[in-house]
Amino acid sequence: MKISVDQTKCCGSGMCALTDPDLFDQSDEDGTVVLLEEHPDAAHEATAKEAANLCPAGAITIS
Amino acid sequence: MTEMISEELISDQLPTTRQNPFDPPAEVTAIREQARISRLKFADGHLGWLVTGHHEVREILGSPKFTTNPAKHHLLDLRFQGEVPEERRKVEPGMFLSQDPPDHTRLRKMLQGQFTVRRMNQLSEWIGTIVDDQLAHLRSLGGKADLVKEFALPVPSLVICALLGVDYDERHRFQDDTTKLLSLDSTFEEAMAAMGRIQEFMRELIVRKKADPGDDMISDLLATGEPTDEEASNMALLLLLAGHETTANMLGLGTFTLLQHPDQLKILRDEPEVVDNAVEELMRYLSIIHFGPVRTATEDVEVEGHLIKAGDTVLMHVPTANRDPEKFPGNPDELDLRRPAGGHVAFGHGIHQCLGQQLARIEMRIGFSKLFQEFPDLRLDVGPEEVPLRTDMGIYGVHSLPVAWSA
Repeated sequence: MKISVDQTKCCGSGMCALTDPDLFDQSDEDGTVVLLEEHPDAAHEATAKEAANLCPAGAITIS
Repeated sequence: MTEMISEELISDQLPTTRQNPFDPPAEVTAIREQARISRLKFADGHLGWLVTGHHEVREILGSPKFTTNPAKHHLLDLRFQGEVPEERRKVEPGMFLSQDPPDHTRLRKMLQGQFTVRRMNQLSEWIGTIVDDQLAHLRSLGGKADLVKEFALPVPSLVICALLGVDYDERHRFQDDTTKLLSLDSTFEEAMAAMGRIQEFMRELIVRKKADPGDDMISDLLATGEPTDEEASNMALLLLLAGHETTANMLGLGTFTLLQHPDQLKILRDEPEVVDNAVEELMRYLSIIHFGPVRTATEDVEVEGHLIKAGDTVLMHVPTANRDPEKFPGNPDELDLRRPAGGHVAFGHGIHQCLGQQLARIEMRIGFSKLFQEFPDLRLDVGPEEVPLRTDMGIYGVHSLPVAWSA
């Protein structure tokens, strides 16, 4: 599994960092997504998908 | 596709009375059961749309083909909007909730860094102290009190005032006017006069913060040099209003709900770790905006087989969408603090999703947890049918919540 994020779409809602803070953080400057782990291990696959689904701006893609 | 048109329902007669105080109006639930997207007559004669299905609401709120600019919307309610000349419906600088990209993006970005999950988590201890102090105040009142006046409203007000750098002792300068602004019974003149006074207060605040900056969000925002004074003033106004009305109503109505669902309250007491999910479920279950948000299509869009034409205004109905059995299977009309409630649209969806949601979550988690820990025998002091409901306000909740406990 590979996670991609698009900072230009991100609206800083924080849903990803709330859902899995091991995978996602937010920039202190403008709150946009910071990807901590591009390739999540099996234990984080479900939360990665959940974060992509919850993202209000569609800024997270899972492939 | 043959479109369903609600014959009885016109946009200025949308119900705000909930037959059961916690459920969406039955008339709108009945519409969702027949058609998740239906035609709705707007007050100015426009034939627009009413959206009650969860994924349809998400799709529209997430789409760039709809504008949030109120000047583009057909009129929901002539009582307020019919008297407004078109040029006055122009969005004021800084009101990012009513703006589309790129203006919205530029303004929201100036604030996003202040409301991150990490930053809000760092406030937990401080918010805990505010809640503790307010609960001590509540206890000092003896054995009974109005929970809204003494707890649900003060907690978020104290928090947002401190974060923004607004003197809490000046709250009389905006709280009464906020009530007038949000009252569905206010005339247009009354609402505009109230808005004018709040704006004047904010403009004064910006002048003061520029002369004497503090350790607060408004001073930080001004220090960036990015917003104009007028933008900063309106941005601060949005944060101030959104920061206390919404969370206060969730705390008040949420407490009423839990007291009326003792089995669920027991779960919250016995399993404190449930609180994070409990907050999501209460948000879903109660959905405190009566109706909305509103969008207008900027080009033709097909949504689930319905052709929404450019210029059509669409009214989302969040309370019914959050009870959609397609998204929340089982019994969505039951309060279940253990239900996976994630993905509700109570904070909205799309780029306008609530900026302060991570703050609201923490206030509610700490607020509900500590309230029921400290007051294990908290109970209603009136019959449930006597609790005054905010059917007359833009945001639902309880006007007051008389409670009692063993002193």
